[in-house]
Amino acid sequence: MKAPKHPISEKEVSHLAELARLELSGKDVTEMRLHLNKILDYFKMIDEVDTEGISPTYHVFDLVNVLRDDTPHSPESKDLLENVPKKKGRYIKAPRMI
Amino acid sequence: MTARILDIPVWEVVKKIANQEISSEDYISETLERIQKIDPKINAYITVIKEASLDKALELDKQIRQGKTVGRLAGLPIAIKDSICVKNIKNTCGSRMLENFVAPYNATVADKIIREDGIIIGKTNLDEFAMGTSTEHSFFGATRNPWDSSKVPGGSSGGSAASIASFEAALALGSDTGGSIRSPASFCSVVGLKPTYGAVSRYGLVSYSNSLEQIGPIARDVRSTAILMDCINGYDIRDSTSKNTVPQRFADIFKNTVKNLKIGVPNEFFGEGVQKEVHKSIWNVIHKIEKLGFHYEKTTLPMVKYALPAYYIIAMSEASSNLARYDGLRYGFNVPKNNLNWNTTFSKNRRNGFGDEVRQRIMLGTYTLSAGYFDQYYLKAQKIRTLIKQDFDRAFKKFDILVVPSMPILPFTLGEKLNDPLSLYMCDINTVPANLAGIPSISIPCGLSSGLPIGVQIMAPPFREDLLFKAGYLFEENVTIDKSVGEFTNV
Repeated sequence: MKAPKHPISEKEVSHLAELARLELSGKDVTEMRLHLNKILDYFKMIDEVDTEGISPTYHVFDLVNVLRDDTPHSPESKDLLENVPKKKGRYIKAPRMI
Repeated sequence: MTARILDIPVWEVVKKIANQEISSEDYISETLERIQKIDPKINAYITVIKEASLDKALELDKQIRQGKTVGRLAGLPIAIKDSICVKNIKNTCGSRMLENFVAPYNATVADKIIREDGIIIGKTNLDEFAMGTSTEHSFFGATRNPWDSSKVPGGSSGGSAASIASFEAALALGSDTGGSIRSPASFCSVVGLKPTYGAVSRYGLVSYSNSLEQIGPIARDVRSTAILMDCINGYDIRDSTSKNTVPQRFADIFKNTVKNLKIGVPNEFFGEGVQKEVHKSIWNVIHKIEKLGFHYEKTTLPMVKYALPAYYIIAMSEASSNLARYDGLRYGFNVPKNNLNWNTTFSKNRRNGFGDEVRQRIMLGTYTLSAGYFDQYYLKAQKIRTLIKQDFDRAFKKFDILVVPSMPILPFTLGEKLNDPLSLYMCDINTVPANLAGIPSISIPCGLSSGLPIGVQIMAPPFREDLLFKAGYLFEENVTIDKSVGEFTNV
């Protein structure tokens, strides 16, 4: 099956933006679609490579399950709270869930 | 003391400070004056640490006078990329998202520098979240090339490289995900090393693409670069991807000059995108080395042709995941409105906190990781990565080092490529293969063309940074660069 020249539609751009939690205006979506399609067209180049039977390299070393002792040594909670934009006492204020 | 002390090679300065020929106070003062005078034109720094740096210098000078033993970086002003945490100092990542974020802890590399009595003099500008090749994508404005302020300094560690080229710091740290140390090192005519993946702890480096990036040193010459690498490398239990091996030591490696080097020159790095001035300069230095009795042979790494798209697919995929943490809730940019729901709040925080390039990469990474496209893009790219790694493994059975251009083009004019992301991505064509393969790579100044710098890139097998330093030193010794032609490259 041959992939379409411009794989992403505006509708898909809006859907992706929703998944990525990025509010995009109508103008943003149009511009973004243009850029994304240009780049995705370029990415198509990798289709030429035969990767049958090749294992992926997620990581250059074969590290599996690197473990260490679970000893707590976190920074002062006071320092961490310094960066919180909206708080009440020691609590972080979050938006309403529903 | 005059500003001329800034001109002394840093590997000598550190000795002179330790034996009281130069005071750290003078060196730090001169550096701060230099920053005050020229940084408004270069914009290498986001944060400059004045008083604390001078206090530390005075304290060190006192300790030295009292005969106390001081660390291996004692008294040197060191600039750190603003994506590497230094406790109680802002860590902005060049983003509005983290404009007011103060690091609550030190990165391991910052701890190590402090332990060796290095003086962290400031935090340097970068492309937002290290995503870029020109240091134009910073919320705090572009950094300019000290050789010609109408040109970009390369990126994303453009502030770090520019601070070194313009004598606004003695040593600097950058991070390199797809060339972010070597690109600005090349464009600013300084030395920049991307270490082997896992050689330097990434603890405290704000993550962009975690399977590719490494922190590395930048300096004006190879020996000074080695001093910083000597201090920062080694296993760290806090970074599960750092390699649990004996730390490498580079202090004594310059005692003996290198005698034998099997040099490979792979064709794929000299493709049609490489400007003729760059070609000429790289071959010029290769032929000089040849005349000294080192033989080179042309070779081929066929899969490198696909490195750039594979790199961008992997980097953007990892970025979309790594940047998911920025919700503006616990830290970061937060819209002032209070009555919005959960998703709307986060979407607004992220829309306004991130710049164009970051948003674009998050979107692409979200796409390449999404159901239905995962195999076609992400998995395929990781398989190509295997093939590229195998190409390098084969090459290093035959050669000690590979020599190629760092950047395919000369430093370009600010704004020239801003509207065409793909043409900016193309600048990374020669640097990304080393990140995909996890191998160490260094950029060394190798010439000027119309007053603009060109860098030669040397690559070696994993954990053979010693070879890069030795070969780099040999190259450096055989190249003369006229710093007087640069706008801010002379003290």
